[in-house]
Amino acid sequence: MADILGAEVDEEGFLVNLKDWTEEIAVVMAKGDDIDLSEEHWDVINFLRSYFEEYQIAPAVRVLTKAIGKQFGKEKGNSKYLYSLFPYGPGKQGCRFAGLPKPTGCI
Amino acid sequence: MAAKEFDIPVLPTYIEIPKINEGAMEGDGPFKASKEFQNPLGFPGEKVDNWQEVAIAKMGELKSKYRSVQVFLDSCVKCGACTDKCHYFLGSSDPKNMPVARQDLFRSVYRRHFTFAGKHFPKLVGAKELDDKMLDDWYNYFHQCSQCRRCSVFCPYGIDTAEISMAAREVLDAVGVGQKYCNQILGKAITIGNNLGLPEPALRDTLLDLEEEIEEETGVAIKYPLDVKGAEILLITPSADFFAEPHIDGLIGYGKVFHQDGVSWTMSSYASEGANFGMFIGSYDIMRKAALRIRKAALDLEVSRVMVGECGHAWRVAYSFWNTLTGVGAGATDEFGLKLQNQLDSRYPQPQHIIEYTHDLIQRDKLKFDKSANDDRTVTFHDSCNVARATNMGGIPNGQFILPREVIKAVCNNYVDMERTTIKESTFCCGGGAGILTDDLMEIRIKGAMPRMQALKEVEKTDGVNTLVAICAICKSQFSKVLPKFDFDPYMIVSAHQLVSEAIVIDKPQTDDSEAEVAEESVAE
Repeated sequence: MADILGAEVDEEGFLVNLKDWTEEIAVVMAKGDDIDLSEEHWDVINFLRSYFEEYQIAPAVRVLTKAIGKQFGKEKGNSKYLYSLFPYGPGKQGCRFAGLPKPTGCI
Repeated sequence: MAAKEFDIPVLPTYIEIPKINEGAMEGDGPFKASKEFQNPLGFPGEKVDNWQEVAIAKMGELKSKYRSVQVFLDSCVKCGACTDKCHYFLGSSDPKNMPVARQDLFRSVYRRHFTFAGKHFPKLVGAKELDDKMLDDWYNYFHQCSQCRRCSVFCPYGIDTAEISMAAREVLDAVGVGQKYCNQILGKAITIGNNLGLPEPALRDTLLDLEEEIEEETGVAIKYPLDVKGAEILLITPSADFFAEPHIDGLIGYGKVFHQDGVSWTMSSYASEGANFGMFIGSYDIMRKAALRIRKAALDLEVSRVMVGECGHAWRVAYSFWNTLTGVGAGATDEFGLKLQNQLDSRYPQPQHIIEYTHDLIQRDKLKFDKSANDDRTVTFHDSCNVARATNMGGIPNGQFILPREVIKAVCNNYVDMERTTIKESTFCCGGGAGILTDDLMEIRIKGAMPRMQALKEVEKTDGVNTLVAICAICKSQFSKVLPKFDFDPYMIVSAHQLVSEAIVIDKPQTDDSEAEVAEESVAE
């Protein structure tokens, strides 16, 4: 299996052990997708991580957009904004950078 | 993760049979399930040593258990009527994606082991051995079939390719070669209760959040009840409705309709999934496990009606298989099945589709709409394969085509159909059904979407269509991803109940003069 900075990742690039996550890993993952993590990215990543800590799952897209809108301004509370940060989807790409498991299902 | 490079198909003016391109979609297939995902479903964790023996035994079991499979394997005469009917063949030009060729991967092995001619004169009848190469082909090409059954519509013998794909996948699982996407999801569905693995607190929080949002927007407290014992209706909807866009706007629509009707309803945290991937992998036992969770939820919550949200194969499983799976129906003997049968209100269709429910309310003038709310849209409807070719609605012939269109037309002014050979019973699959909706199959998803995108492009040109409606979670997610590849707005795909949601006139809690007539409405029931 592949690894990022010594942390094992699965075939889709998600961390196998969520505890392995570090900020450096997120930076390397993002670099792999040609993204330089900005403060805005980190706002989302940190929210994803704290939500996961509470509920053991990533937030629904609507929950995420609403929370981001509340905390960082209404103009940011929509999925278009989040897609501009995470072109492969705030759910999937955002979760990967945040070290969370990939959301599964008909999504 | 360097994904394989591939060309996005160019949309032709009309669909032509492509020039064959052998091996165009050859490959390793989707990611395989590790033992972590295989074992909980009762499948071996990796390819077993005596896999050939196990596979042939499993084929024998399936052919005896399902007479249909044997009939389908025996009756093909290679007439070729199906060859150009598959969206994956039309989009990829790989001849092994012709339905007959895909089936023949399975059929040739069946002939070798289960027919007289194949056992003794294999070369004469195209019988082949099940070797590593063949098994790899099975894994690859049976995961390029969305079990949409368009080819079956055109087969003069009525051969159901989907059933052969299901059988092939069942054999693959039995030898330890399962698909990660389906099997990981099934593990969550039969332990946590939904495909996402959304636990009860997260689901509850998500629904509360939604209630808050809707109240802010409309000024009306519309509720999304969870685990309410004694409610009349139990809604079983795909978990994508809680989680993804545009799905959630459909869920908002369901809630508004329930609110206007004044009916009591609930969802269940124990059975919070309409989708049943057990069907995709051909496993009756796992499909039954998922269905029994719903039966248990219905019994525990003491509901008298069970309703299904916008999900294609959920409706197929509910409409066609729930009775058998849960022991309900004529001749039922199962204790819990009988209990449920007595509990359900026989005056309503059981189960009922949310479209049937909304349609009925519209027919009875129970809902008011401001159709102009959708005047910025010119709408077309994508018939989802499982709804179109495996179910019915409203108990009238072709109701599954009529009812959704009537609901849409009741809430918006501008509606056009796509070209007739691409809709209704001949609908082209979205390209993401039956476990194909995973990132590792993106190439076949995009290529398989080509025929649908072509028909959509035509109505965009001729009628200015800017909204595509579907009543299936998979279709909605698939379209969100593939639409931009064909130069469409990814946000043009919406739920039928999103349009309902936008047009419906909601009664305010404190009635003012303009709303007074509402009070005159009958409150019977």
